[in-house]
Amino acid sequence: MIEFRKDLFADERDDTLNEVGKPTRRQDILGHVTGRSPYFDDHLFDGLLHMRAVRSPHHHARIRRIDTAEAERMPGVVRVLTGKDVPQNLNTLLSLLDFGIDDEPLLSTDKVAYRGEPVACVIAATELQARDAVAKVRVDYEELPAVFDVEEALKPGAPTVNPVYPKNAFVYHGRYDHQKLRFGDVDAALAQADHVVEGRYQMSPIEQAPMETCGAIAAPEQNDRYVCYTSTQALFFSLGTAAKMLKMGSNRLHFIGGTVGGGFGGKVDSLHEPMAILGASLTGRPCKFAWDREEEMQVGAPRGAERWYLTDGVMNDGRIVARKFTGYFDSGAYTRLSSYAIIKGVGHLPGPYTIPNVHADVYCVFTNRTPATAMRGFGITGVDFAIEAHMDKVAEVVGMNPIDLRILNAYRDGDMKAHRRLAKNTALIECCQVAAQKAGWSIAPSSQAAASMKDGGGARAALPAHTVTDQKGLVEGFDSGSYAKKAGASAPPSPSSAQPNRPTPTPTPGQAAPAPAQARPAPQTAASSPDQPRNKPNRFSSLSGFRRR
Amino acid sequence: MGKTPVTLTLNKAERAGFTDPGENLLNFLRRGLGDLSPKYGCGQGTCGACTVLIDGEPQLSCLVLAETVSGKTVNTTGGLADGAQLHALQTAFMDGFAAQCGYCTPGMLMAAKALLDRNPRPSRDEIAEAISGNLCRCTGYAPIIDAILAATGQQVQG
Amino acid sequence: MTIHKGRGFACINYPIGMNLGGDPSQALVHSNPDGKFTVALSAIDLGQGMKSVTRQIAAETLGVPVEDVYVDTADSDTGPHDMGSFASRGTHRVGNAVIRAAEEARGVMLEAAAEELEVDAGDLVTDGRGNIHVRGAPSRSITTMAASQAAQFKQGRTIAGRGIFLIPLSEVDPETGEMTPVSCFAHAGLVVDLTVDDETGEVEVLQINSAYEVGRALNPRLVEQQLIGGAWMGLSHALWETTEPYYPNRDHGPVDFVNYLMPGPGEVTPHNIAVLERPAEDAPFGGKGPGEMCANPVLPAVANALYNAVGVRFDELPITPEKILRGLRANGGARPQAVRQG
Repeated sequence: MIEFRKDLFADERDDTLNEVGKPTRRQDILGHVTGRSPYFDDHLFDGLLHMRAVRSPHHHARIRRIDTAEAERMPGVVRVLTGKDVPQNLNTLLSLLDFGIDDEPLLSTDKVAYRGEPVACVIAATELQARDAVAKVRVDYEELPAVFDVEEALKPGAPTVNPVYPKNAFVYHGRYDHQKLRFGDVDAALAQADHVVEGRYQMSPIEQAPMETCGAIAAPEQNDRYVCYTSTQALFFSLGTAAKMLKMGSNRLHFIGGTVGGGFGGKVDSLHEPMAILGASLTGRPCKFAWDREEEMQVGAPRGAERWYLTDGVMNDGRIVARKFTGYFDSGAYTRLSSYAIIKGVGHLPGPYTIPNVHADVYCVFTNRTPATAMRGFGITGVDFAIEAHMDKVAEVVGMNPIDLRILNAYRDGDMKAHRRLAKNTALIECCQVAAQKAGWSIAPSSQAAASMKDGGGARAALPAHTVTDQKGLVEGFDSGSYAKKAGASAPPSPSSAQPNRPTPTPTPGQAAPAPAQARPAPQTAASSPDQPRNKPNRFSSLSGFRRR
Repeated sequence: MGKTPVTLTLNKAERAGFTDPGENLLNFLRRGLGDLSPKYGCGQGTCGACTVLIDGEPQLSCLVLAETVSGKTVNTTGGLADGAQLHALQTAFMDGFAAQCGYCTPGMLMAAKALLDRNPRPSRDEIAEAISGNLCRCTGYAPIIDAILAATGQQVQG
Repeated sequence: MTIHKGRGFACINYPIGMNLGGDPSQALVHSNPDGKFTVALSAIDLGQGMKSVTRQIAAETLGVPVEDVYVDTADSDTGPHDMGSFASRGTHRVGNAVIRAAEEARGVMLEAAAEELEVDAGDLVTDGRGNIHVRGAPSRSITTMAASQAAQFKQGRTIAGRGIFLIPLSEVDPETGEMTPVSCFAHAGLVVDLTVDDETGEVEVLQINSAYEVGRALNPRLVEQQLIGGAWMGLSHALWETTEPYYPNRDHGPVDFVNYLMPGPGEVTPHNIAVLERPAEDAPFGGKGPGEMCANPVLPAVANALYNAVGVRFDELPITPEKILRGLRANGGARPQAVRQG
């Protein structure tokens, strides 16, 4: 049952529109019910070749040797690809936004850091033949110690998962091994609170599980171009990534998609498109690279695990006066999008509440598991679970109805948020009231009388008189502006290019927290050639290194 | 290894093709005969996206050897409409917003058709059971069950 | 064996669009000579209804019936740049780009109509049914088809428009986390009622009562699709799903749907939804993206309901029967908390 509460916020809406607000049938529904909607795999090509990846059986291992000779002699096999076939075999997804350093090969050459990491790719006439040949690729591995727990990974002496980040933590702004949020003086407020409530919350990895698995079909098109039918959630992200890794002008790539069998965040990573196009370019034939369901579940990047520690200071009347977070995002072996999710998550803290003192340290941690990526609610779902489960504990400690506690602390129009911007267009209180009403769960008269547009702002709009800052987790020893001149981006593709030159990490003396050093990423955009390092700061520089002062 | 000839009735038309040893019906229908309506979802027989009717019974085409359908009748969502005239299930799915990404829809429609062919007025529970082998990641199933009920002319409870 | 009833609450807000901006979307709109429009995008329809909602936005802005518009996406040769369908950005970012493109095309269409009617384009309005007329004088009208034909074959005008929407990238202060994240937030509050079997650890979710605030429901049925399906996914996340059941141990990871569990059609939970609409000023017709946030409140609401039912805090997801039984054992059995009304 669904009802539309048009009575609420009615004076903020013009409801006299012609088409917007109407329950119009979906444009794509006729295609769906007739089986004609064209998903990426619904394009037939004569002579289509099938690609299957050879994957690491180990969580962490050095690659001594890859021998493809026997596989190449198998029936139907056209070619076996390894890392040396990839023109630029190192990428990080958000390099298109100049955020982070290239850290992940398309086909690994010297090391694998998670079970299932691809080290070679067989191209054969049928999928079955490709599978048979995959079993004949011989890879000599030297197993390395692996680390699976985020807090273990950050301890000194833990195995290095990702050589670009030797201390297993992404480096924010070239300065810290975590993202900070500092608003007011949390420790002082906790000391003065009537109660301190602590909690630890853990979310395990979750599979996006779209009914259509990820994949792409690429084929040579006329005029020295390639067409690529893809299940991507982000057409130009995938196109830009392919152009970069294959060192091809973006206008030689013709991407077609837009009709996708579910995504939920799992189809952003742009792994299939470059591989399929590489196959098509090296064989001159149409190539399909797609995951089977097992790969989708265990090799395809999940919603990453998150661990959160929360400490609240609360007064007897239910007012939360301090909230402290320590968060760990399990990024798996490579960065993908976890680094960004943390920025999103930190901007979201302390949840939809007005709390005068907020403190957060959030780490993007590398472990020897499948890299994590986006999923529905990315960066927010895990911490919202922590916050809202914690609110229930706070309510119990102060003996309040949990809905009354939320409304008492809810953010309202005009309140200052911890990221130092004023709240507007809020509606948390009304959602609490309506949900309680629907469930027949009575709330206090003061909660009934509350409103998002009332009692916000004023003193609640003020920034804290004093904010405590610190330099915990400081990273030293690198110049955030020098990366574009380094050899990393322009070096010829080779195993050694997997580890761009960078200054030696110099942990701050006396700091227990890990302090990896790093260089800035080379700016890469779909339009710019990866061969041409830029000598000036990219304008999308703020996230990774530079700050406008 | 030689190819095996297969003749079958697909959506009321006589069709023939050659199948490779070990090829499943899903692949044969899609790549061999060009009927793209059954979908690959898992290849393990656990999602139902490839559901087709073989002699009227719902089957997972990813688990059926193509050569075994010779002489049989296969129906897919590609042939569910009678020409331009949509099947009641199709209309009900459209009106009921019973699809989002649409990828499970062809298999879901075949499972539903098999149910309605043997039980024209099923209960909600019977519908749920009939589609319990067909996974949907988008809808939460309630709109699909409602649409199947609506296709039978039964009242959809709020 | 005892069945324990529990009730839990959670509420959330959710940021719309890539958190820090810097995520442009473009749209192109053009008309055929008979006044039928095509919107070209590179946005992706994952099932969320991208094609459908942008179609309605374009029709509304152009002032033509929705049947006169089709959305074509995503072909990189014809669709302009777009960052993609993620971060609840589609409706907000692409929708705004479509409005701008459609406004530009509408402007040309009205100029063409003005020339035919020999009036000022500023005095013209559309009726949304395929007619353009002088404001306050419906009889002085021309069809959108005739105006488009005149533009194409007589006046030499292109009824077309380009649109881009970009929220510039925000800085982030490394020391304090000061930033300008997103532009608007969706909201939700949600009550879960469930039972727990203390012998098997099985949970049955009896009902959900929810309030979701989505800015404006641009298409109420599409919103309903997201909220029902999203809450289902939230339940699934809370109680069923993970690729690593013994995280951080990597063993026993499921590789098929026999072992990767989700509630099926036999486990549909009745869900009573109220939709609230507080339009956001920078959103297309005020609409915020409901697609992601709808799942989030369900997870903690389930955990809180379980505590209410048996007095055990389940702080690790998913809350499987195994975890429930282990929790009950550590707790010395179920200790039901105060019954909550309803």
